[in-house]
Amino acid sequence: MKLTLDIWRQKGAADAGRFETYTVEANEHMSFLEMLDVLNQELIGSGKEPVAFDSDCREGICGMCGFVVNGVPHGPADNTTICQTHMRHFHDGERLRLEPWRAAAFPVLKDLVVDRSAFDRIIQAGGFVSVRTGAAVDGNAMLVEKNKSDRAMTNAACIGCGACVASCPNAAAALFTGAKIAHLGLLPQGQPERTDRALNMVAQMGKEGFGHCTTIGECEANCPAHIKLEAIAQMNGDFLRAVFAKREEAAGGGAG
Amino acid sequence: MSVATKTVTAPPSFSRAGVLWASTVGKKALMALTGILLSLFVLGHLLGNLQLYFGRDSTGAYLINKYAEFLHHNKPLLYGTRTVLLVAVLIHVVAAFQLQLGKGAARPIEYHQKESVNSTVSSRYMFWTGVIIFFFVLYHLAHFTLGWTGVPDFKEGDVFHNVTAGFRSGIAPLLYVIGMIGLGLHLRHGLYSTFQSLGAGNPAVSQWALKWAAVVATVIALVNLSFPLAVLAGLVKG
Ligand code: HEM
Ligand code: SF4
Ligand code: FES
Repeated sequence: MKLTLDIWRQKGAADAGRFETYTVEANEHMSFLEMLDVLNQELIGSGKEPVAFDSDCREGICGMCGFVVNGVPHGPADNTTICQTHMRHFHDGERLRLEPWRAAAFPVLKDLVVDRSAFDRIIQAGGFVSVRTGAAVDGNAMLVEKNKSDRAMTNAACIGCGACVASCPNAAAALFTGAKIAHLGLLPQGQPERTDRALNMVAQMGKEGFGHCTTIGECEANCPAHIKLEAIAQMNGDFLRAVFAKREEAAGGGAG
Repeated sequence: MSVATKTVTAPPSFSRAGVLWASTVGKKALMALTGILLSLFVLGHLLGNLQLYFGRDSTGAYLINKYAEFLHHNKPLLYGTRTVLLVAVLIHVVAAFQLQLGKGAARPIEYHQKESVNSTVSSRYMFWTGVIIFFFVLYHLAHFTLGWTGVPDFKEGDVFHNVTAGFRSGIAPLLYVIGMIGLGLHLRHGLYSTFQSLGAGNPAVSQWALKWAAVVATVIALVNLSFPLAVLAGLVKG
C-alpha cells in the first residue's frame, strides 16, 4: 500500500517547525512505527535527516510512543498505542497527517518527540508510600475489598503516554494525575500519605502549566490504557477532602 | 523505629480558601457550588413565572403581580438573595475567565488538525454558552427589572403588563430564544459535570447525572421559552 504522509518536522525547541510531505510503500502487516522505520531507511539512504519519534517496547506497555495521526492521538484504532496500531487500519492511497502532542507543558524536542518530564515531576510530587521492608508480609494480613483492588489495578494500568493531555481541548493532565492518585488512594498502603499526595500532585499539575478539566471526555476516549473519567472524580474528591482535612504538623509530635 | 516523613510543599500559612482558589481542581469545585446555587435560582425563578399562566385571583389581581409584590416587600429576603447571587456570579465568572486564560496558555500552538472523538458540543463550549448567559442576563435585567428597553409603557410592579407588552414587540422573543439555547446547553453539561467536579465519580451516578442533566436542561429551557411564545401566540394577554 502506498501512503502520503504530512509529517511535522522541527529541528529543535527554537525552530518554528513545518509539515513536510513524504510517500512511503508499506504493507498491512507492518505496525505504524515499522512503516516509519521504512520511511526513515529511505531518508537515510538518500542522505536526508530521518523523522524523530519516540518508542521503546513497541508492545503498548511502556508509554514511550505517541503522536497525533489525522487529528487523533495514537491514531484511529480504539484505545491502542500507536506502536500497537497496524497498517491494516489504513488503506492504499491514504493521506496521513502526523503531528506531535501539543501542550505548553510538553515542549517539542524534535519532530514528533516531546518532552514529557512534567509527568515525572507530578509523580515525584506524589512522594512515597509507607510500605514495610524486610520479610514479605503475609498476603492475607491486609484485606482489600475486591471492588477497590480491581479499580486500583485499572488505574495502575496508566502508562504515562500523555495522550490524555494531547486529546484534551484544555490540555489538562487530569486523567493521568487522577489515575495515579486513584491507584494509590484506593489501597490500604496508600492511606498514610493520601492527604499530602493529593495536595502536592494537584499543585504540581498546576505548576507545570496543564489546563483544567471540564469533563469533556476526550481523554477517556483516547486513552490506550482504558483509564476512566472516574479517576478524575476521585482526584477531585481526594483533593477537596485533603484541603479540609489537612492539619499543620502537630506540636511536639513526630519524634521517634 | 524511625519513620522518614516527607516535608510538604503546602504554603507556610495554610489558607484553605487560598489553596482551593490556587488550583484548577479547587476552582472547578467553587464553580460547581456556585453553579448549583445559580441553577437553584433558575429553577425557582421559573416556578415563580409559571403564575403567569394562572391569571387573576378572586380580587381581580394578577397572581404573578401579587407574587412579585411579596418578593419585593420582604427586603431581607430580596437583598439577601441578590447579594448571594451577585457573589456567586462573581466567583463563577472570574473563575471561568481565569480557567479560560489558563486553557489558552496550556496549548499555545494549536493542532493543524484535531478531531473530537467522543464529546458533546455543550461540553466543549461551556465558556461561550456562559458568555451568552451573561449578556442575556444583563439584557433581561434591562428589559424587565429596570424597564430600560423593549417594554412600551413600563410599569414597575405590574409584571403581567410588562411581560405581555414586552414580548409582543421587536426582537425580544428572538433574544430570549438565543439566551435559552445558551442556558440549555450550559446546564446540559454543567449539571452533569458538577458531580464529577465535586468528586462523585461512581459510573452509576455519573451515567444517571448525564441522562437527567439533559432532561432537566431541556425542560428548563423549553418552559422558559414558553412564556414569550405564549404571549406571541396570544394565549396570555392583558
Ligand atoms: C444562570 C446562570 C448560570 C448557571 C445556572 C450556571 C451553571 C453552571 C454549572 C452547574 C456548571 C458546572 C460546574 C462544573 O463543571 O463543575 C457551570 C460551569 C461553567 N460555567 Fe456556568 N452557570 C451560569 C452562568 C455562567 C456565566 C455567566 C458564565 C460566564 C462566562 C459561566 C461560565 C461557566 C464555565 C466556563 C463553566 C465550565 C467550567 C469548566 O469546566 O471549565 N457560567 N455553570
Ligand atoms: S491516562 Fe491514559 S492517556 Fe493519559 S497518560 Fe495514562 S495511559 Fe496515557
Ligand atoms: S513503544 Fe512502548 S507503548 Fe508504544
